[in-house]
Order: sequence, then structure tokens, then C-alpha cells
Amino acid sequence: MPRKALPRAAAAVRRQTAKFWQLRLYVMDQTPNSTAALASLRKICEQRLKGHYRIRVIDLGKHPQLARGDQILAIPTVVRLLPSPVRTVIGNLADPERVLVGLDLRAAD
Amino acid sequence: MKKKTNGRQSVSRVTLLPKCPTGIQGLDEITGGGLPRGRPTLVCGGAGCGKTLLATEFLIRGATVFGEPGVLMAFEETEAELKANVASLGFDLAGLVRRKRIVIDYVHLEPGQIQESGEYDLEGLFVRLNHAIDSIGAKRVVLDTLEALFAGLRNEAILRAELRRLFRWLKVKGVTAVITAERGREQLTRHGLEEYVSDCVILLDHRVNDQIATRHLRVVKYRGALHGTNEFPFLIGAEGLSVLPITSLGLDHKVSNERIGTGIPRLDAMLGGRGFFRGSSILLTGTPGTGKTIVAANIAHAACLRGERCLYFSFEESPDQIVRNLQSIGLRLEPFVKSGLLRFHSARPSLYGLERHLATMFQEIDQFGPRVVVVDPITSLMDAGPKFESKAMVTRLVDFLKAQLITSLFVSLTQGGHALQQSEAAMSSLMDAWLLLQDFQGNGERNRVLYVLKARGMAHSNQIREFLISSRGIDLVDAYIGPSGVLTGSARAAQTAREKAEALAGQLEAARRKRELEGTRQALERQISGLRSEYEASAVELRQIDEQVRTQTCLLTTGRTELGRLRQADVEAAAGARNGTVHRRAT
Repeated sequence: MPRKALPRAAAAVRRQTAKFWQLRLYVMDQTPNSTAALASLRKICEQRLKGHYRIRVIDLGKHPQLARGDQILAIPTVVRLLPSPVRTVIGNLADPERVLVGLDLRAAD
Repeated sequence: MKKKTNGRQSVSRVTLLPKCPTGIQGLDEITGGGLPRGRPTLVCGGAGCGKTLLATEFLIRGATVFGEPGVLMAFEETEAELKANVASLGFDLAGLVRRKRIVIDYVHLEPGQIQESGEYDLEGLFVRLNHAIDSIGAKRVVLDTLEALFAGLRNEAILRAELRRLFRWLKVKGVTAVITAERGREQLTRHGLEEYVSDCVILLDHRVNDQIATRHLRVVKYRGALHGTNEFPFLIGAEGLSVLPITSLGLDHKVSNERIGTGIPRLDAMLGGRGFFRGSSILLTGTPGTGKTIVAANIAHAACLRGERCLYFSFEESPDQIVRNLQSIGLRLEPFVKSGLLRFHSARPSLYGLERHLATMFQEIDQFGPRVVVVDPITSLMDAGPKFESKAMVTRLVDFLKAQLITSLFVSLTQGGHALQQSEAAMSSLMDAWLLLQDFQGNGERNRVLYVLKARGMAHSNQIREFLISSRGIDLVDAYIGPSGVLTGSARAAQTAREKAEALAGQLEAARRKRELEGTRQALERQISGLRSEYEASAVELRQIDEQVRTQTCLLTTGRTELGRLRQADVEAAAGARNGTVHRRAT
């Protein structure tokens, strides 16, 4: 299902997102969930926001003090800083559909 | 205090369970020293029953009193809100945060705002908590309220697994944690957190009885330790939370041998001549209009005259009214009120719940430092709560006052028609002395009497005294006790008059008899003197007779001599002849 939807939505998204997407992915060391989430996020962004996004990966194992700022509870967590408002998706992003909803990438559909 | 500490030590020695003192008044006594150290404790209760405050005070006391820094992870209130909330209770949370004694981490979780996709864990929470703990070397942690997670996160299976891990982690970390949770309908907490926290569970409750709300605290569970299982009332006062344990109060207060007067000399006389012991608790009961407040005011007045501070809790009359009314019997309290020796504290009993009253009273007593405290009347205060709670409250008040050697007078109004002893029996056992004021009706009038029902440790009169109130004050008069019962008022006066008349009649009679006897005596005396003169006359006669006889004898002798001289020759011749004869006879 999502595979079919993707190409159709892509044009619309690109049309309205001349703005830049700034994402943060909070992970903890190299846990399976963390690696899976990063891979999944990269894939989605490449499909939808090619050239208009930046993902910053923050390892809380190395920078625990950063967890507070973005109100991180769960690992992994994706935070969409831009475009505002801030949106949050948690999990290993195994379900791309929910990622699209969570990051508001489907609104264009 | 010493004894309590010993008791605490012995408890922990038996159980070998280290405790973490909360510093919350009374809670440490109930739990035998505090919460289990290094383990999580669950505090659950409905909305507005003081969970957050208990948890926050635990942290603040830890940081300020016990030198244990703490982390407060708040899910419901922001840092600024928390600081403001406890500031009204006199806690400087902001200062503690500034000095790095406490870290507040506000976890914002907007329900429905987080999209979930796939598996996750709560490592972020762990990281935050761990970082906060390590940043100040925290020993105490508060999670308030963890259940907010259930609203924010949808995957309950993950959440529950993570919570289990969290509590295990807290134990490994060795911090003493307090976790608050909302009260559930059929279980202790709405989301069954008690399943994970099994060491210590404290239940808070806010109930309304007869329109008066009272907070209660109960230690539902305390693994491996003895604890008070009762429900204890607690209150949120100006100095934070205070649980008021009744059972934990010791009976080890010091006593004084000093005696203090009541301001009523005859009453002092009834109490072995010297009044009450200092620090004793006195119950003054009486039916309406028997002069209870007057006796109370006299005791207060006497204290002020001794230069002692007196605190007068009045629950029915305003201070001005009391001062005015007592002026009419010549008792001037106003100067003492002005000089600050006497302080009134007036409040309607229904103004707030019992605990609040008690807390206010404790506070007033602490601030003012009185030597004598009057509670007038304790009964109307007792109406402010259920019966057993009221008694518990009086117990606490009595103990509190005794521990500080404050003499206390509790005025108790007995409802008309009740047996006096019965209605006050519950309270009287707490009291050292019991004065009873009673009405006597008869002869178309009401009269007041006073007697000492008990006075521990001192000789006291068993007599009923009539209690007279005049513009000059109180006077106690011996009541007349006769065959027809106790006579008071005009009956007593009549009896006294009758006795006086009888006494007078007796006196007159005696005088008359005395006069009679005097007469008889005089008559007898006269007779005696008559007899004496007769006796003396006969004595004279006797002497005359003697004289006469002696004269006659003398005369007779003289006459014979004269005769002999006249018969001289004859005599000589006769003598010669007699001599010759004699010579002859001699030779």
C-alpha cells in the first residue's frame, strides 16, 4: 500500500516543501532499533524530500544531557524541528505509513 | 525524643532494613524511621490529596536536613509551577535548584502528539534520569506522576516492560525513590503500578465527612518492616505536610512538682491549698450557664498576674465579648491583652477541619510560647469532626502541651440531660484534674455548685462548694448538706438563718440557766457565811469558857495559899512536929 502511494504523493510534497526539513534522530549506541530507525528514516527522506532535508543523529549514550532539550523519553525518537511545528515520532520506524503521518508528510495527499 | 530514637534503632536492628528518613512530621514515626532506603516507594491517592507535596517535601527535607540531593522528575507540573507551589509552604525549591541540591526535570508529554512507529524503549527516560542523578550525586528520586506515560504512549506492552525495568534500575542505582500515582477504582493505582513497586505503598486519601474534609495517610504495605497500619490524619500546614500519629506518641513527658494557683483562693484550698500542678491538663465541665468561662478566665488572669503568658482559644465568643463580659464580674483582662501576656485566638469550629484547627493551635502555641493554654470550649471543636477523630485530636493536643509543661484547661460543655460522667468519660481519662460545675434547682431558683471530681497526685477536697458570681468575682461557699440533700442559694441562706436562730435561743437559755445557778450559788454562799459566823460565835464562847475555868482555878490556888499563910504558926508547928517525925523516920 504505501509503496503505491509514494510516487503519487512525491510530486505534491516536493511542490510545497521548497522549505528545508531539519530532522533529529535520537539513538542509544548501536542498538538494533537505532540502526533500523536511521535506515528507515533515510529511505523515507530520500524518497520524499530529496535534497531538502538534513538528519542529525544524536547518540544519547555520548550526550545524555541532550535528551532533556527535546523532551526525549523513548529511543529511537525522530524530532522534526523544521518546518514548525515540532513533531515527534518514536520507534524503530518499521511502519513507514505512521512515520509519514507523524512527520506530517502525508498531509499533501 | 530519646526513647523514640531508641525504638527506631531497635526496629531497624530487628528488620535489618535501612531506612531513609523523610523528615516529614510524623511519617517517620509511623514507618519506624522512614522509607525503605534504596528502594522505590509508591504514593497513591486521588486528586488533590497531597501526593506531589509529600514527594516534594521528601526531596526538600532530604536536601536540606539529611544532606541527600534529589532529582524530581515531574510529568505534570513544570519547574516554575512546582517552585511556586511549594514556595507558599516556605520551601525554597528555587534556591535548592540553584545550589544544585535538587534537579527538576520536567517531562512534557502531550497525549496523542507522539506518533509511534515500530518498537522502541524508554531509554531516553533512563538517560535523562541517570544524567540528572549523576550530575548532583542524588540519593533521592521522585517521579511525579509516572502514569502520565500511559496517557502519552500507546503501546502498553512496551510501557509496562519498561516500567518494570525502570524500577529494577532504580534499585540497582541505589536511590530511594518515591513514585506517585493516581488512585484507581478497583486497585490502588489506575494503571496498576503497585504491581511493580512492592516494597512500600502509602495511600493518601481526602475524605469529606459532615462537610468537613480531612486528609488521611495509611501505610498499606511496608515489606520487611513494622509500621503503623492505621489511617492517620495529616494536614498540609504552613510548614509542609504533617502526619499526626496518635499511637506513636510516647508517655514519657517530664512532670513538674510546681503548683500554680487558679486565681480562686477557695478553689486552691480545695486542691490541697496550692492549686494545680504545672503542666497538668485540667478538664472543666459544666452544663450551660454554670460559669465555665468565668473559671477559665480566672485561671488565665491568675497566670497573667504571675507574669506568665496565656493563650486563650475561644471557639464560641469573640475576644472582645469575653473581655467585656468578665469586666462585669470585676475581672479585668484588657491590660493583659494590651501588654501581650494574654492572647486570644478565636475561630469558628466549622471554619475548617479538625486537623487544620489542630495545626493552627500548634502553630499559635509554638509562636506565642504560653505557660497556660485555655481551650474554651473543646466540645464545640470536637463537633468539627467524627467522634473518634476528635478524641485522637484531644489526645494529641494534650500530649503536645504536656511535653512542653504547659498547663492546659479544657472547657467542656455538657449537653443538658446528659449524664455528666458519661459524656466526658472518653476525654476525662486524658485529664489530670477534673472540675465539675453543676446546676442545682429547687425553691424556684438555680444555683451553681463546683466540685473537684478528680485531681491526680494531690490531696483534694471531696466537698461540694456553692459557686457564687458577683460583681466582685467568684466566691466559693460551703454548701449546706443536710438530711434533705444539698442546700444552695436561698435554701442554704434559710438554713443558715435557722441555725443562727437556734444558736441564739440556745445562748439565751444558757444565760438564763447560768443566772439561776448563780443565784443558787449566792444563796448557798450566804448560808455558808451564816453558818460560819455561828461557828465563829461558838468558838468565841468556847474560848470564854476556857478562860473562865482557868481564872477560877487560879483563884482557887491563890486562895489556898493565902489561907496557909494566915495559918503560918500552926503550919510551922505542924511542920516541926512533922519534921521531927520526919527526922526520926529519917534516922
